[in-house]
Amino acid sequence: MEKLSFKLNAPTRAGGTRAQAIVGVVASGNLEVLLERASPADVCTIDIATAAHGFGAVWDAVVRDFVARRAAGGLRISINDGGARPDTVALRLAQGVRLIEEREA
Amino acid sequence: MSEWGMQKAALNERLTAGRRLATGKVVPIPKLPEFLKAVIRTGDRVCLEGDNQKQADILAAALADLDPADVSNLHMVQSGVVLPAHLDVFEKGIARRLDFSYSGPQSARIARMLFGRKIELGAVHTYLELFARYFIDLTPNVALIAAVSADKDGNLYTGPNTEDTPTVVEATSYKNGLVVAQVTEIVDKVPRVDIPGDLVHFVVEAGKPFYVEPLFTRDPAAITETQILTAMLAIKGIYAPYGVRRLNHGIGFNTAAIELLLPTYGERLGLKGKVCTHFALNPHPTLIPAIEAGWVEQVHCFGSEVGMEDYVAARPDIFFTGPDGSLRSNRAFCQTAGLYACDMFIGSTLQIDLEGHSSTVTTNRIAGFGGAPNMGSDPRGRRHPSEPWLKAGAEADPDSSAALRRGRKLVVQIGETFGDRNVPLFVERLDALELARELDLDLAPVMVYSDDVTHIVTEEGIANLLLCRNKDEREQAIRGVAGYTDIGRARDARSVGRLRQRGVITRPEDLGIDPLDADRRLLAARSIKDLMLASGALYRPPSRFRNW
Repeated sequence: MEKLSFKLNAPTRAGGTRAQAIVGVVASGNLEVLLERASPADVCTIDIATAAHGFGAVWDAVVRDFVARRAAGGLRISINDGGARPDTVALRLAQGVRLIEEREA
Repeated sequence: MSEWGMQKAALNERLTAGRRLATGKVVPIPKLPEFLKAVIRTGDRVCLEGDNQKQADILAAALADLDPADVSNLHMVQSGVVLPAHLDVFEKGIARRLDFSYSGPQSARIARMLFGRKIELGAVHTYLELFARYFIDLTPNVALIAAVSADKDGNLYTGPNTEDTPTVVEATSYKNGLVVAQVTEIVDKVPRVDIPGDLVHFVVEAGKPFYVEPLFTRDPAAITETQILTAMLAIKGIYAPYGVRRLNHGIGFNTAAIELLLPTYGERLGLKGKVCTHFALNPHPTLIPAIEAGWVEQVHCFGSEVGMEDYVAARPDIFFTGPDGSLRSNRAFCQTAGLYACDMFIGSTLQIDLEGHSSTVTTNRIAGFGGAPNMGSDPRGRRHPSEPWLKAGAEADPDSSAALRRGRKLVVQIGETFGDRNVPLFVERLDALELARELDLDLAPVMVYSDDVTHIVTEEGIANLLLCRNKDEREQAIRGVAGYTDIGRARDARSVGRLRQRGVITRPEDLGIDPLDADRRLLAARSIKDLMLASGALYRPPSRFRNW
């Protein structure tokens, strides 16, 4: 298991008021993303535990794009990764910020 | 003066030799080896029928059992190199030269044999191109074909899988060649005459159906959320703005996802009746929900699909069917329809380079072309206008006079940035170039040339190459949808930003696509069983797809 941590400046604050959201599952080629409103409004922290070693540079690129493109300010994001491809990671992160904007069901 | 009628005389010799082993036109199966030895001559050009679907498997096995001391140096001209026997004839020295189109399941072995110089390669063709050569410089001396049933006069019923048969028979029989058909059974009266008996010289009762591969069946259970997102991009970002009504879908999960999103996502976008009404397409099981929801007006088919026979027969308003009720497919006509009467081809590929050339050749595998390069090309001979064709033409060349401007066919490559086993879709250099160098080929096997492709769709967005004005813009547009592949990460972020402002690159968020919609619940069917239920139990999935 490899652990990676990122603390990034986030230009856009996450929408909605929900305290947390969770998307995805831990499975081979998939990942679970937990988002909590637990950072300063202009910061996004991301902690990753991944089964696949040696992909630090790709994770770096994926999370930086995510924070630049999506409303991720104020979030602490924890990722449990089962070796998902970058496209799946990017989709899950996008789904996570959309879900935390939604009203609680 | 030359003597006329030599070919007729040669045919008569073959007929006389064959008739010694036949009763009328019927060759008993135990006599088949002796019969083939009697009618095939060393050096003959032989068409062994088989494509990516149906196979004249009994005749293929019998041909491979010949003794090369009796028959050798055959020149095989055939659509598909699919069965082991198709390559055994080269391994054994019965055949020497090969002109073909598709080699899916044999792609690794055919590559090894080409590298080992066991096969003298003529060329790899598209289906339509090889059919064309049957009438010009690759006319068969002997055609070994497959049908469902025959009567004693040789009239053939091909059933839903007519496919290449009329084309092969036309080229062979009218040019003094010999036609031999394997049939499941000999009957008093065939259900319909697909091939007239006077073009068929001999029939062999195989006692079992010819082999058919269910190549166009995709299990919805295997469709990923990334594929759903990519399909939404294609529908909202290409199908809708161009108003694409007449089209062909390539094989694959991306196009299967599009088919399954029409009755859900497409409906929500109000696109019913505005897109996807007319198809050149095999009867894809994943099209069932869209047909049942009233999206589709008409489908013409290259071939059939295993298990779809009863469904197709029950939907004659949609499909082309014969007086017997079953599907009539025809590969040559459907390829022509896909070329001239469709405004879009969309399909997946294995490698795309920085210019936009794409290829399915990867190291040590030669899968051939099949129909994709024909579907995926802009027909320069087209003259009838349509909205998508004119709009694409105007985007490519906005400054010229509208009345003198050609339209453009939409040729869309769709896929995830990383494919099977995390192999990147985007590459600096196609493996096809290496293959061409090693085999000393004049042409690298390119599936869709860069000047034909108009759009590339990945989960990261759509690159509209029609709007690129130079090589550099094109390269950055491709890098701009290449995700986290090495090619994508080496993009120039500023150029990509400018291309996005101009609408050359469109992101999911630019189209208002909600990532939460990229969910399997959006598929109109989520399993093969769902497809069967959607068909009212008319679709009968092959056993390998039944997991309930």
